[in-house]
Amino acid sequence: MSLLSTKHLLGINDITLDDINLIFKTADNFMEVINRPIKKVPSLRDITIANVFFENSTRTKISFELAEKRLSADVVNFSSSSSSVTKGETLIDTVNNILAMKVDMVVMRHPAPGAHQFLARHIDANIINAGDGTHEHPTQALLDAFSLRQKMGDLNGKKIVIVGDILHSRVALSNIYCLQRLGAKVRVCGPPTLLPKHISSLGVEVSHNLKESLTWCDAANMLRIQLERQEDKYFPSLREYSLQYGVTLPMLEKLDKEIVLMHPGPINRGVEITSEVADSEQSIILNQVENGVAIRMAVLYLLAGKAND
Amino acid sequence: MKRIILEQQQVDLILTRICHQLVEDHGDFSNTAILALQPKGTPFGKALVHRLNQLFGIQPTYGELDTTFHRDDFRRSDKLLIPNEVNIDFEIENKRIILVDDVLYTGRSIRAALDAVNDYGRPASIDLVTLINRKYKREVPIQPDYIGEDIDSRTDDYVKVEWNQNQCKVWIITDNDK
Repeated sequence: MSLLSTKHLLGINDITLDDINLIFKTADNFMEVINRPIKKVPSLRDITIANVFFENSTRTKISFELAEKRLSADVVNFSSSSSSVTKGETLIDTVNNILAMKVDMVVMRHPAPGAHQFLARHIDANIINAGDGTHEHPTQALLDAFSLRQKMGDLNGKKIVIVGDILHSRVALSNIYCLQRLGAKVRVCGPPTLLPKHISSLGVEVSHNLKESLTWCDAANMLRIQLERQEDKYFPSLREYSLQYGVTLPMLEKLDKEIVLMHPGPINRGVEITSEVADSEQSIILNQVENGVAIRMAVLYLLAGKAND
Repeated sequence: MKRIILEQQQVDLILTRICHQLVEDHGDFSNTAILALQPKGTPFGKALVHRLNQLFGIQPTYGELDTTFHRDDFRRSDKLLIPNEVNIDFEIENKRIILVDDVLYTGRSIRAALDAVNDYGRPASIDLVTLINRKYKREVPIQPDYIGEDIDSRTDDYVKVEWNQNQCKVWIITDNDK
């Protein structure tokens, strides 16, 4: 267990349980680093990383950038709105142009599922998927599982429910793969229109009843309603959605146990969860953000360390 | 070939001698902390702490430092460098630090350690204790302040410090059977 099995992080489906455990162990070390008086280490000082974002991102981009800077890497940022992509340049051309400037790693977000696999076949740099359409968002799943593990210990046998817009969510798919690798039981819960048809073939339970799912679970991951990906109406109104699938404080108080609540952000307060829940002791939303930097440092460190093999 | 260069009895004498030297320079350790380097320096560090307590009733501040992220061979060696745990629950700022490692050879680990210590603050001073000082050959200008045993060895030899339940043996192994 001393090397990642892969040169790229394209998705959780492509990595092993050993890889996940190695990333977690390394992230533990980086948690210590980011709590030092000087939060920076020189490990990646001779590495240049391009953050290529073909889709909007606030926290993932900041989190990656911070992780890169805390490892002393040189960073170039690129977003599609301000680039030649709008002039019709292809993905490979864009990335090859960036690589010609001697970039070693590419962190990319792209609206097309599989864009990263395509790129990995054509270029030499290490590629990290920061979200590809509705497919995967591996670092988010890793930081979610890492945060849960921090709060609840070993996830083997724990019950986790993922609530909301599973259909449009890359976080959901990566979370399912990651939690299952770690031995957790996973359930998805949401309105029928927002659950993919054959989701149960992944070995997850399916439910349309939030209250019953909260009673079942040890932790709930509340996904954001992705209005920007919904061309059709999947539910009558946000108000109706939040009445059926929004978590409120009275709901949690009625449970006979304390469950852990997560949200990948950005939160639509009052839709997926109310403000009181988001700011309650049971919520680990801000821990997720802090852990995100450590997880991304670990992924960058481990992939960079493999570059010369 | 494998040859023992130190047995427990000699390591015992060395521990006692170094503890006396340390107390001579650091007094009651009120402003001094022992910082052992992960992973191989920690058994020696703990042994020093134990002996200081036995001989002088001193319970020095003790921590463990990992230098992985400051090493200069990241991406340059065959193996991925996997970090170890850091255990430092005291302020480094203005403390006199005693770094402890098992073998001083090229000096590069200590160079990394000097950088790593600075991440936690600015110590008043840093001393270096090593159980084995391989005199040949240093690659950076670093010398120990307290030495267990000086040895001459060839570059392709390997010095192995083996700790087994506080019992220590030091071997020198020639390249044939590392």
